[in-house]
Formats: sequence, C-alpha cells, structure tokens
Amino acid sequence: MSTITNEQIIGLIAAKFGDTVITEGEPYGLLTIQTGREQIIDLLTFLKEDATLKFGFLTDITGIHYPEQEKPIGVIYHLHSLQNNIRIRIKVFLADGDVHIPTATVLWDGANWMERETYDFFGVDFTGHPDLRRILNVDDMTVFPMRREYPLEDPNRVDKKDYFFGR
Amino acid sequence: MSDIQIVNAPAGVEGQGFFATKLDEAVGLARSYSLWPLPFATSCCGIEFMATMASHYDLSRFGAERLSFSPRQADLLMVMGTISKKMGPVLRQVYLQMAEPRWVMAVGACASSGGIFDTYSVLQGIDEVIPVDVYVPGCPPRPEAIIDGFMQIQKLVQTEERRRRETPEYQKLLASYGIQ
Amino acid sequence: MDNHPVLTDNDPQSELSTLNLGPTHPATHGVFQNVLQLDGERIVSGVSTIGYIHRAFEKIAEHRPFYQITPLTDRLNYCSSPINNMGWHMTVEKLLNIQLPKRVEYLRIIVMELARIADHIVCNGVLGVDTGAFTGFLYMMEFREHIYEIYEEICGSRLTTNVGRIGGFERNFNDIFFRKVRKFLVDFPKGLAEFESLFNRNRIFIDRTKGVAGVTAETALSYSWTGPLLRAAGVDYDVRAMSPYSSYQDLDFEVPVGTSGDVYDRFLVRNEEMKQSMRMIDQCLKLIEKEDPTIFHADVPAYYLPPKEEVYNNMEALIYHFKIVMGEVETPVGEVYHSVEGANGELGFYLVNDGGRSPYRLHFRRPSFINYQMYAPMSRGMLLSDAIINMSSLNVIAGELDA
Repeated sequence: MSTITNEQIIGLIAAKFGDTVITEGEPYGLLTIQTGREQIIDLLTFLKEDATLKFGFLTDITGIHYPEQEKPIGVIYHLHSLQNNIRIRIKVFLADGDVHIPTATVLWDGANWMERETYDFFGVDFTGHPDLRRILNVDDMTVFPMRREYPLEDPNRVDKKDYFFGR
Repeated sequence: MSDIQIVNAPAGVEGQGFFATKLDEAVGLARSYSLWPLPFATSCCGIEFMATMASHYDLSRFGAERLSFSPRQADLLMVMGTISKKMGPVLRQVYLQMAEPRWVMAVGACASSGGIFDTYSVLQGIDEVIPVDVYVPGCPPRPEAIIDGFMQIQKLVQTEERRRRETPEYQKLLASYGIQ
Repeated sequence: MDNHPVLTDNDPQSELSTLNLGPTHPATHGVFQNVLQLDGERIVSGVSTIGYIHRAFEKIAEHRPFYQITPLTDRLNYCSSPINNMGWHMTVEKLLNIQLPKRVEYLRIIVMELARIADHIVCNGVLGVDTGAFTGFLYMMEFREHIYEIYEEICGSRLTTNVGRIGGFERNFNDIFFRKVRKFLVDFPKGLAEFESLFNRNRIFIDRTKGVAGVTAETALSYSWTGPLLRAAGVDYDVRAMSPYSSYQDLDFEVPVGTSGDVYDRFLVRNEEMKQSMRMIDQCLKLIEKEDPTIFHADVPAYYLPPKEEVYNNMEALIYHFKIVMGEVETPVGEVYHSVEGANGELGFYLVNDGGRSPYRLHFRRPSFINYQMYAPMSRGMLLSDAIINMSSLNVIAGELDA
C-alpha cells in the first residue's frame, strides 16, 4: 500500500546523515529512528522537503520519561507522508538538567500546541517557540506532572483513609 | 377523574371567593414551577442534559423552559460534568453572581465527588467550593435521573422558607465556604 | 498567520475593547476560553486558554490495567464514545497480534459508524442553533435517541458506552439490535432529508456560512488538521480509506471532499459523511449474514475473559480468569501507534508497553486539540458572529481537547 519501503527511507537518511541518525527498528511496521538534538531540525526538514520521502504531515509530538536511563527525557515525533502512505517515528533523548531542543514550529504551525503540551507535562524547553507556557495544567504549577516521580492523586487530599485503599 | 395530574393547591382555608394559605407555601409553589436553570455543562453529563432538554425527555415540562446562561438571571445552578482545579474559581465566581434565592444541583459523579478521576487536577466534588443542594449520581445519569434530581429541587423549593437566606443554618453554611 | 498572540492592553484611551468569551458561555460548546480584542465588531486578535477540564487521562492510564482504560477512552470524545473504545481495543490488539474474526470486525464497523452519525448530528444541529435555527437540532436529537436505544441493546448505557473488549465484544448482539438498526436505516434518511431541506438551500443559513472561515489546503495541512475539516478544505485524507482497519477495505464507500474549507463546506461534508455511514452500515448488515452468527470474539483465552459458567466448572478457564484479572498475563514489550478515523479527525493512540499490567506510557493524539490551535490565528480579522459560527463548525469537544 505504501509506495516506498522502510529500507529506502533508511537508505536515503543514511546517505545524508550518516551515523548521527540511528535506526532503532520497525516495531509493528513503523520505522523508528533516533537522533540527537543538534540534527533534529535538519532531519525533519529533510524528511519534509525531500522529493521522494515527502513526510509533509506532522501527526504528533509527545514526550516520555525513562528515569533509569542516562538521558531520561525523550521527545517523540510522528510524521506521516500522505502521498506515500507511510509513517515514521523519530525519538530524541535529552539529559536531565539540559532539557531543551529546537522547536519544530519553523516547519509546521501545528507543532505549536503539541510542544506546549510536551512542555507542560515533561518540562522540555523548546528553544525558539513563540509562546512556551503551560496549556493544560494550572498556570502556577511548579512541577511537571507526567514525569514518573510525580504521583497521580492529589497529595493534599485529607479524606482518603489509607487503610481502606490498601496502603 | 382524568389521568392528568395537576398541581395541587397548598393546604389552606377556602371560602366563597377566597383562598387563604401561608405566603411561604404560595411563593414556594410559584417558584418551584418556574425555575430558571443555568446549565453549567462542562463534559459528558452536559450531553445528557442536552438529551434531557430535547423533545424526548423535555425538561421544560417542569417549568425549566428558559435556560439562562447569565448567572444574574438564573435560579438553579446545574453543574454537569467534571470541575477541574482550573475551573473551580470560575464556578465560584458564577455562584457568587447569582442572586438569592439560588439552588445548586450537582449532576453526575464528577460534580458530586470527583467521579472516576481521582487525580491531581480534578476537584473532588464541587462541594469543596460551593454549597450543594441536590446530588444526582451517575456517569452520566440518565435523563430520568436528572429530572428526578430536578423534582427534588422543586420539593426543596416548595418546602423551604421564603427567605432562606436569613436562616442561621444557611448563613453558617455559607460562612463555612467563605461566602458572605 | 503567525502564532504570536497579542495580549490585551490596559490603555483606557484605546479604541479596542476586550471580550472574554469565557469558559462558561453558551456559544462555546465546552469549557474553553477565548479572550478577544475587538475593534467594533471585528476581531483584532485573540488568545485561547484551555485546560479547564484537564482530567489527566494519560497519567491515569499508567496506573490502570489495559481493560480498565476503556472507560477512560469513553470520555475523550463523549459524543461518539464507541469510536474511541474501538480504537483503543484495536491498538491493544495490534500490540498483542490478535486477529479478529470477520463478524466481529463488521459489528465494530456498524457501531463505529452509528457513533459517527451521532456525533455529526450534534455538530450540525448545534451549528444550526448557533445561527438561530433551533428546529433542526430538535428534529435531529430524536434520531440520536434512537442511536442511544441501539447502544442500550448492546452495552447497557447510552452515552459513555464502554462497549467491546480486547478481542471482540462482551456479548453477542441480539435480534432486537439488528431490528433497531434496520429501522434506523429506514427512518434516518427521511429525517436527514428533512434537516437538509431546512438548511441546505436556506438563504439565511447560506449567507451566514458561505465564505466564512475559508481555509486553504496548505494551511490546513501545516496545522495538522484532519477529519471533516481537512476534507472540506480539499484534501481527501481519511484513515479508513488510506490505512484500512477492521475490514473497512471490504466496503465500498466514498470520501466526501469540499473545495473552499468554509463553514458551509464543512456542514455539507458532515451531512454527506452521514449518508456514507449509512451506506456502510447497510453493506455490513448484508456481509454479516454470511458469517457464523455465534461468533462475537476472537479465540484468545489469554486476553479475553472466559464466560462465568466455564470459570466455575473448568480449570483452565479459572486460571485464565485469575491471570487476566490479576495482571499476570505476559504482554509483549514494545511500542505501537494506531489511529482510527474519529468523528473529528485522526484519533491516534501511542502505546508504550513494558510487559506489565498497565501501559508504561499512553498518549492520545486528539484531533480536537490539534484542530483548535488554529482558531485564534484564524479569527484575526473576522467579524465576531463569524467567529462564533467558525467555532461551532470546528466541533471542539472539551473532553478531547483537554484529556
């Protein structure tokens, strides 16, 4: 159904970027590649504007947090080529204390709120973003709630007795 | 006798050309069948409220024909849906703008107690910010349940004093919420 | 269209006025706020604020087993909850590599298309209400009640359905369901024709909606729009046609596409989609007759709860039941992204699994959220009444906006 294959994509990317872009695998048919923050905008521009690849549609930007890893915070991009009917997933991992990455709003206007959501939940600073502030949580929140160390329930709740909840 | 139910007159003394009853009961009767609700619909319960207002279940049979989105002109605040911590101050502002007599109905599990969302961002029940008269449980409650809650409010309106705001219990309740 | 918002200014000599189209407003169908700066009736700039119903679905999903996440997905786009439920089940089935029998997939298509019709009924009806025409909405809501009755036959609840299980459905669909669906297919076209006769060539409605908020295909793609909004702008991207899931490839349907992307085109695209949905349901009913009528789930005892009679009598069923409920079932480690065509656009589920009972990370790609970010830049230079109509035609469902 897709007009190009994952191998072709890997070939074209490797020809341009060499080993700064690592192929992680193809879980469930979706090519997943990993790169660093220095190459991410070049990689996204290449994927978007290349005449064969044509990944012109940004499906989603989100984040993930692996606390045990050396670079715990990850930013994950999903791109879709409507002409070729194929998708790709790009991951960028960032070290703690140094959580910033250039913004993708230079390529797609739709990345604006997606990056604000990722900032709100994980604390990723998107350099160059026109309006990086919290979007879903209350404005004066100081923590980033989707990180693994933050609990689900409200810590100030006084009426839940631990005895009945097995704690 | 026909099957049509009509509103029963309150208990009173009847005579040739006059009917004497308590003012509270007469005013309560009039108020209860002409409540103007403010549908504060935030999420899924709001869609069930839309179904309640539509022709199949028709809340306007009970007098709630005129929905008011302005709190200054509303009697009954129907909070339908999850209220998050970001929305709590807005809800309080809307409640404060309502003039007495005012009643509050919490429709749905989320408005009553936080519902299935026991998280850092959801207010666990709107009675943390405003006093509530009737709670309608359900996720979402059926339109029949919303109508039942509305009829409970009507019963409250009929049986309470005319100037509820002057009773000491009510003033103590409002003071506990920090409302003058 | 730049994204940089112009916030309100406090100069009393200014000729611009600030209007707070606040979180509680009859025009906003859901809780989101727009602070608009107006020059008379024309909007100069606007800032959107959302998050008033943020319920932290993605965080809750990390603490719940897979089968308990379905009620959460209900509450994403609550006007069409079966689509969300089915999308989640398909994501997990993709992760677990479960193949479903054809009958299950056709039944899923019927339920999903009914949900799509229900959502478009609300959207188009409320668009009529916003232009002042209340009648169409009341006529259409009656058909939504019929759809609710059909849902009650299969899962017991009207709105937040929680229908289906990972691997199929929890019970077989009875004859009353099929009878009601067939009756709906006879009654609804007449009701839709009546609704269209009220609006499609109505001079007032056309004046209100034609030429309002037109969007080019390039802008729509740049803002990652999907669904009826993108199709009204001229791009024929429909997940059901492009990457068919759940046997959509067996059906014969068309994808309606508009030209100018304005509010009138979006209205017509949604009406046409309702007709295509009915066509799909009709084809599925014929295809189901050829299948074995007793099948309603896949044969995956490791993931699908066995029936209670077997649990009480059969040792293997008891062990499977125990393992599934206590979360001792092995799930593959990996990540999967699956998307379905929701009523508003591409609803995607990004699931990262670490082999345990709950997902490690679950992210919802919510179409309302991504569609709504263009609202503030788009309303620059529009008249206020046009901006209100634009907002209703975007069909922003607050549950999906904030998640």
